[in-house]
Formats: sequence, structure tokens, C-alpha cells
Amino acid sequence: MSHKKYLRNNKLPHIWCPGCGNGIVLSAFERALEAADVDKDKTVIVSGIGCSSRMPTYMDFNTLHTTHGRALAFATGVKLAHPELEVFVVMGDGDATAIGGNHLIHAARRNIGLNAIVINNNIYGMTGGQYSPLTPTGMKATTAPYGMVERNFDLCELAKAAGATYVARGTVYHAKQLTDLILESMENKGFSLVEAVSTCPVGFGRRNKIRGNYQLMEWVKDQCVNVKAAAKKTPEELEHKILIGKIHHAPAEEYTACYDKIIAIAEKEAKR
Amino acid sequence: MANNVKLLQGNEACALGAIHAGVRFYAGYPITPSTEIAEIMAEELPKYGGKFIQMEDELASMAAVIGASLTGEKALTATSGPGFSLKQENIGYAAMAEVPCVIVNVQRGGPSTGLPTSPAQGEIYQSKYGSHGDRGAIVLTPSSVPECFRLAARAVNLAEKYMTPVILLTDEIVGHMREAIDLDEARKAEVWDRKKPDCKPEDYVPYQPDENGVPILAPFGTGYRYHVTGLTHNKTGFSTMVPSEVEEVNWRLVNKVEQNADDIVEWEEVYTDDAETLILAYGGAARAAREAVEELRAQGEKVGMFRPISIWPFPERALKSLLPKVNTILVTEMNAGQLAQEVERIAGGETKVQGLFVIDGEIMTPEEIIEAWQGVAK
Repeated sequence: MSHKKYLRNNKLPHIWCPGCGNGIVLSAFERALEAADVDKDKTVIVSGIGCSSRMPTYMDFNTLHTTHGRALAFATGVKLAHPELEVFVVMGDGDATAIGGNHLIHAARRNIGLNAIVINNNIYGMTGGQYSPLTPTGMKATTAPYGMVERNFDLCELAKAAGATYVARGTVYHAKQLTDLILESMENKGFSLVEAVSTCPVGFGRRNKIRGNYQLMEWVKDQCVNVKAAAKKTPEELEHKILIGKIHHAPAEEYTACYDKIIAIAEKEAKR
Repeated sequence: MANNVKLLQGNEACALGAIHAGVRFYAGYPITPSTEIAEIMAEELPKYGGKFIQMEDELASMAAVIGASLTGEKALTATSGPGFSLKQENIGYAAMAEVPCVIVNVQRGGPSTGLPTSPAQGEIYQSKYGSHGDRGAIVLTPSSVPECFRLAARAVNLAEKYMTPVILLTDEIVGHMREAIDLDEARKAEVWDRKKPDCKPEDYVPYQPDENGVPILAPFGTGYRYHVTGLTHNKTGFSTMVPSEVEEVNWRLVNKVEQNADDIVEWEEVYTDDAETLILAYGGAARAAREAVEELRAQGEKVGMFRPISIWPFPERALKSLLPKVNTILVTEMNAGQLAQEVERIAGGETKVQGLFVIDGEIMTPEEIIEAWQGVAK
């Protein structure tokens, strides 16, 4: 793969810490874009605020770095105004599920043709390691010094329940699979969400006594069960496990296509 | 008599004026007393091939408007008090990223939920300083139904010309009252479009200002790939912390409005030629002020009226030129004396500034204004 094709090479090196999984997600994303042979001029990459949301800065597309939590709402405006544009939305776990949670469920409900990639590193990395709605219960964060007291979301189940028509989860350990899932999500016409389980050795691993980047990768890997293998396991066996693979795919008519029908009706009405 | 005279609400006229100016995208959230604008847009925009979306909240609707505008569409949202507060962060984003859009704020009683169905003018400073940081603000205040149409169109034009969010600051009086408007006449209003780059994509510098200090942002999808961010950025659009670049963009965001104020400001003067006292009013409150001035003139009093139509930038030079012959300015507004502070600043102690500030949720009456005038000018 030629990185020069998709990256703004003069914007590198990136700002991410050593051991951060964001680079692996970016690489998987690039490979998927290459496999799909996307038109850079007709592709928009939107992000919110946080470590992961710096990703579009490095990507040679129409890029839109928005406000915290609102990436999907900005992207909704882009896509509805010009449905011919291919729109990706890169968010972090805090960005997408806490401050942006409302936009997440409504983008899913509308089934608008956005490809969301949520990088889940279990923590607010940019601000130094505070707990997010995806911090596993009991794990430590600067704002959970005695362990996360709240229950955490299962992001994929949340997206599915809200109406997303394609939902998948990959990890930075399973980089090839992550590429395949992003590519597959692009084929879905409606709202797609890929959760990319990632690693934050500085803000999350270190604080939780998972020392070293490799150990943190292993920690992620050891929790993973492929959805197909999971089908044969008991709920007890799946406790504290992360299901990876294609979680849900139920194609339905895409929102902007539905709105085009409204335009056809209104234009007919106006002529009368 | 023209044959296309309609009896319209101010809110309806706002919607039609925006459509006339080329608005083809609306995102909003229901809130009294602005909701009619959304309802009309939902019905009218698809007839023009435009798009309407009711978003999940006020923040999202402001965000969607900015996203749509970046694809080249003229985009509008409308709200009121609490919704205007919620939109502030993304209004600041539009100012920082220089994305044209128009926000109608039909003012109602505040603070907080306040008086949802009653008029007020409490967002004079919020409309300029509601979002954090410094920027030049363009805020227009109509006081009649035909003016709602005209200023909605002008707000869109100014947003496109100066690449900035523009606030159309109406109020419950103007928004909900009905008046005759000749739509054929109204639709003669000119329409401006934002500039498009004419260079090759490889030579394109998105935030390179033109002679007015305004950048030319290419619509997404047209071959000019660039980066848009709310971070402080340099001409290339990428974030910077270099003090000279930070200073340059921050001053430019202020000055592209302030240094072009002569092109933006608008005001109306009534009987100011020989006026010894002035009543200064705007928006819905200016209607009562005008009647009060007419009544006082009929009684032989040398009173005039000054009505700022753009409150930001304020028509400072026009008001200043009247100061030498005016001994008192009575500012009548439906707040606790917000614009009066700006008038006092401009008067600079040269002319006495007095106020009639009504915050009881009721429409100000001409009688109240006459009484107040008699108390300060006699």
C-alpha cells in the first residue's frame, strides 16, 4: 500500500503517544479506502474532539475536525446536503458515547449513510485518562481512582438497538480483520458503525497495571471472542469477553434516499 | 396595487426571505416562538429541491447547518432563547472556521425557560459575545414583516460575503404579528453568492484572505481538498500555536467585520433634522417608539427617532453625527438596559442617555414611552 496516496505526509509525524493504537486504526482505514478505491475529492472525513479525532488532519481528503461530540451532527449536514459524497466519521469512545451519545443514537435511527469508526481506548486520552462510558467497570482512571463505579455501554449493542444497519467490532490486535470490517461497512448503504477496540498505554494501561504496549495488546486479545465462536458458548463463558466480527447487518433504505422521495412529492405538489 | 400582497407573520416572512436569498438547507429543533420558521421550511424547501431536517437537539441543528454550508449550500436555522444558548459553541465554530450560515433568534422572555410566549430583547450581548473568544459579529434586527423578509435575505447575503455566521435577531412581537407584504416587491432584493476559488487545487490556500480579509472556501466535493478545524489555524487551515499566526487569525476574525462596518451597518432616522431629543429603539419595541415620536411631534415636540437595524456592528458614526445637536437620548428596550450601554459608550458623556427598560413580558406601549420621555426630556 502506498501511504503517500492517502496521507498528508507533510503533517506527519502524528501527535499520538508511543504504543497508541490510533496509528493501527488509521492504517486499517487506509487499506480499506484503497481496497474500495474511493475518490478522494468526493470523500469527506469528519471527526470530533480527542486523540482519535486528530486522524483526519493526516488524511488527504475533504476533512472536517468539529466540536466535541458533534461530529455525527456535522456529518449529517454534509451527507443530507450532498448525498453523493462518501462520508466517514471518526470518533473516540468519550466523543461518540458520552457527549455525543444523543447524535449517535439518532444518526443510527435515521439510517443516514455515514460510516462511523469509533476508536475505543476505554478512556479520555487527550485530557489525560478520565473514565468514559466505555471504561470497563472496576478499571481505574484519573477520575475513577478507586475503580470505575459505573456500568459501561456495549457500544455495538447500543448502535444496533438504535437502528444502525451495519455494526461490527474489530481491534488493533486483529488489524487485518479491522480493515475487512471497515471495507464491509462501506458497502452498507445506511448507517454503519465499526468499533475499533484500541490501546492507550499511557492513559489506561499504565494506570491499570498493564505495563508495556505488548502486554496491553495481549490484554485486548485475551478478551476477544469471534462472534461465530461465541454462538456456541454459554453466557457464563462470554462474561467479560469482547465479541469481534460482524455483529449485525440488516440492510434498510437509506435516509437521504428516503428524503429524495419527499422532494419528488413536494415538487409535484408545487407544480399543481 | 400589486397583486401579490399577502398577510404574513414575521416568522413566515423570515423563511420566505431566506429562501429568496438561496437558502436550500434548514436544520432545526422546535422551540416557541420560532417554530413556524421550521414548519414553513419543512414544507417549502423540498419544493425547491432543498433539504429540511429536524435534528435531535439545538446543538445538532447548528452543527448540521455548518456541515451543509461546507458543501456549498446556503443554510439556515432558527431558534429562541434557550435554544440560542445551546447553539453558542457551534456558532463560535462557524465564526472560527469561517462557515457562512444564518441563525434566526426569535427572542422571548428569559433568563432560562423564562416566558416562552412573551416578547423580550435580552440577547443583545449574547448575540455578539455568546460564544467564547473574540470575533466580529453581524446581528440584524427587523421591526416589521416586510423587514423580516428583507433582512433574512440580507443576513444570508452578508454571511456569504463575509464568510461568517449572521444572527437575525427578531422577537416574539415581530415574529408573530401579521402585516401586509408585497412579495413581488420583496423578491426584487438582490442575492449574493460566496466566492469560489479560481486557482488550481494544488495552488489553493483555503484561509488566504481576500482584500476584505475574507477567505474563499471551496465547497467540499469540488476538487479542492483542505482541512477545516475549530482549532486556531493558519492560512493553510491546519492548527497553529505560532504567536504571529495566532494573532493574525484572531485579529482578522474581528476586523473582517469591524473594518467593513460601513458596508454592513444599517439604520433608520425619523425626524432627526431638527431633533433636540432622540428616542432610540429597535426590533419590536421600535414600533411603539415610532408611534410615540409621531404623537410627540403632533404636540410640537422636537423629538426624533434613531433605529439601529444592524445592532452589531452598531451604526456608531451615524449616531455620533447626531450628538452635537441632541441633548438627550432615551433608549427604549425590552431588557434591563443592554443596548443602552453601547449607546452610553458612543455618547461618551456628551449627550445624556436615559432608558425605558421593560422586562415585564408585556409589549411596550407608546404611552409608556411618551411618559418616560416627558420624565427625562422636560
